[in-house]
Amino acid sequence: MGAVLAAVLGASLAGCSSTGGKRAEDARKSAQAQGRAAVDTPRWKIAMVTHSGDGDTFWDIVQSGAKQAATKDNIDFLYSHSDQGQQQAQFVQAAIDQKVDGLIVTLAKPDALKDVVAKAEKAGIPVITVNSGSEKSKEFGALTHIGQDETIAGEAVGEELTKRGRKKALCVLHEQGNVGHEQRCAGTKKSFKGEVQNLYVTGTSMPDVQSSIEAKLQADPSIDAVVTLGAPFADTAVKAKQSAGSSAEIDTFDLNAKVAAALKSGTLGFAVDQQPYLQGYEAVDLLWLYKYNADVLGGGLPVLTGPQIITKDQAAELEAYTNRGTR
Amino acid sequence: MSTATDTAADERLLRRSVWRKILGRPELGSVVGAGAVFLFFSIVADSFLQPSSLSTVLYAASTIGIMAVPVALLMIGGEFDLSAGVLVTTSALVSSMFSYQMTANVWVGVAVSLLVTVAIGAFNGFMLTRTKLPSFIITLGTFLMLTGLNLGFTKLISGTVSTKSIADMEGFDSAKKLFASQLTLGSVNLKVTILWWFALIAVATWILLRTRFGNWIFAVGGEADAARAVGVPVFKTKIGLYMGVAFAAWVSGQHLLFSFDVVQSGEGVGNELIYIIAAVIGGCLITGGYGSAIGSAVGAFIFGMTSKGIVYAEWNPDWFKFFLGAMLLLATLLNAWVRKRAEATA
Repeated sequence: MGAVLAAVLGASLAGCSSTGGKRAEDARKSAQAQGRAAVDTPRWKIAMVTHSGDGDTFWDIVQSGAKQAATKDNIDFLYSHSDQGQQQAQFVQAAIDQKVDGLIVTLAKPDALKDVVAKAEKAGIPVITVNSGSEKSKEFGALTHIGQDETIAGEAVGEELTKRGRKKALCVLHEQGNVGHEQRCAGTKKSFKGEVQNLYVTGTSMPDVQSSIEAKLQADPSIDAVVTLGAPFADTAVKAKQSAGSSAEIDTFDLNAKVAAALKSGTLGFAVDQQPYLQGYEAVDLLWLYKYNADVLGGGLPVLTGPQIITKDQAAELEAYTNRGTR
Repeated sequence: MSTATDTAADERLLRRSVWRKILGRPELGSVVGAGAVFLFFSIVADSFLQPSSLSTVLYAASTIGIMAVPVALLMIGGEFDLSAGVLVTTSALVSSMFSYQMTANVWVGVAVSLLVTVAIGAFNGFMLTRTKLPSFIITLGTFLMLTGLNLGFTKLISGTVSTKSIADMEGFDSAKKLFASQLTLGSVNLKVTILWWFALIAVATWILLRTRFGNWIFAVGGEADAARAVGVPVFKTKIGLYMGVAFAAWVSGQHLLFSFDVVQSGEGVGNELIYIIAAVIGGCLITGGYGSAIGSAVGAFIFGMTSKGIVYAEWNPDWFKFFLGAMLLLATLLNAWVRKRAEATA
């Protein structure tokens, strides 16, 4: 086995690719800025606890925003996550036990987090809610909420589809039972002049996503727009459309490098960005401002980070940022 | 001098009619179930019978079926593999990241991935036979470890939770032809995974019914101690079966990579159950010693038809999972009923 591995490794040095790969990336990358604190406030500890599942692209970008702000503000940043409400509450409790100086939570499952958020406030820890839960944030006593209102984002999609003259749209939900997803599709349905149909797919299996969308497009050739709720699914929807021989326009929520490239080439119609980087960055920065200067943003209303509709025009500019994982 | 009672007493020497042979096949029930599901969706869904729709259903079935074949063999051999779902993702991640990080020709990554994936399969088999712990525990451990490694390594190496695109690298196009191309037959596009699937079924059926290794599989699944007593290498057989699962995971993983060129590290969780379900619908006994490769294919086909048929029928998607569960249950019940009838008349 070892000999075979060595042979393969040896062959790999000979079998280099002259295009793409890490070498090309390194060549593109100029020396990055050194991460040094810009302030001399004490090293406060801030914890972020989200409802993210394992390996979620979106939350990765939120984290990178939060970390950037933490470096700048001389903050010790802790991150934990669980897609189970009860687990998430336990992580919040753990952060309280660690006596953090600030707490950032998502309220995707508000009922599960109600008690523990109250505990944090009782312990004198300022709380900021991000991403989901704008309607509960104030009631639970959080300083402010930073994120996108999912219904408003859905409505933005519906309006854009109407503007593009679409008649029948398919809303592809990759997690059954996710409240935010339902709100997005419901928002689209509300503002779109045409008809909206929902399709549930298994988000953990790309072949299933592809064949399900393909099946739906074959079953109903009058569908002329497909909206996916996450960036990784947009590209798969494009493949499904090609296999099904459909001429539907593919649009998506959220951005990533492939989405930006596809927007640029015209494969995708538009993307709705809620700027996850901003959600992480602002949350940490606001907690710092609150500790340092007792500043609060939003005046009791949620601070919206989206929806921002991105089309071919902006895609070229954003492509570089998506490549480095901040958009 | 032989009397009439002598020949009647030795049933093993009786010639069985073709009909009896068919009734005795493990996949008989599932074939009837598949026919029923097919008929059902042909009636309720207008677009189900279009050639293009059938090719979509076949594609969905093939992505499950490629894994269900070795999983069925493993179950006949009396073991489970809960790590099979994430192993597919691992395999795709390894070849993508190796090619990217080393800026190597994509084929090199594919080869490294084959080694790593089969080694993980061998690890499963080795741990199982060495520790004698149930395969449920061993492969649950591997499942969790691989889930963590997939995320941890991808984040560590790529900086994000998905891999970088390798579509612009050398060797990608030729590898894509092998693992993720389409064959156009008339107006219908057939995915190459269907060929892989059929090839695996053929090889597995040949192994099971025509080779010594096939006999060993039935023997270790039926009664491992008795098998060992008559000289069957139980450990080697089981390790071999796990490596077979790993090989199919490699094929599926490469398909994942070359059809979507970016791999999400969190994928694959939950698919292991679907493979097992396909094998069980196809007539494999959960207790081992009984089943067939063709049966697993029919099971995968039922799964593909049901999950896509619901879409073709344009039912209210809120009830999707319910329909899926009910259809699977019905197919399996029908399967069991037919088998009981067959055994009663045989």
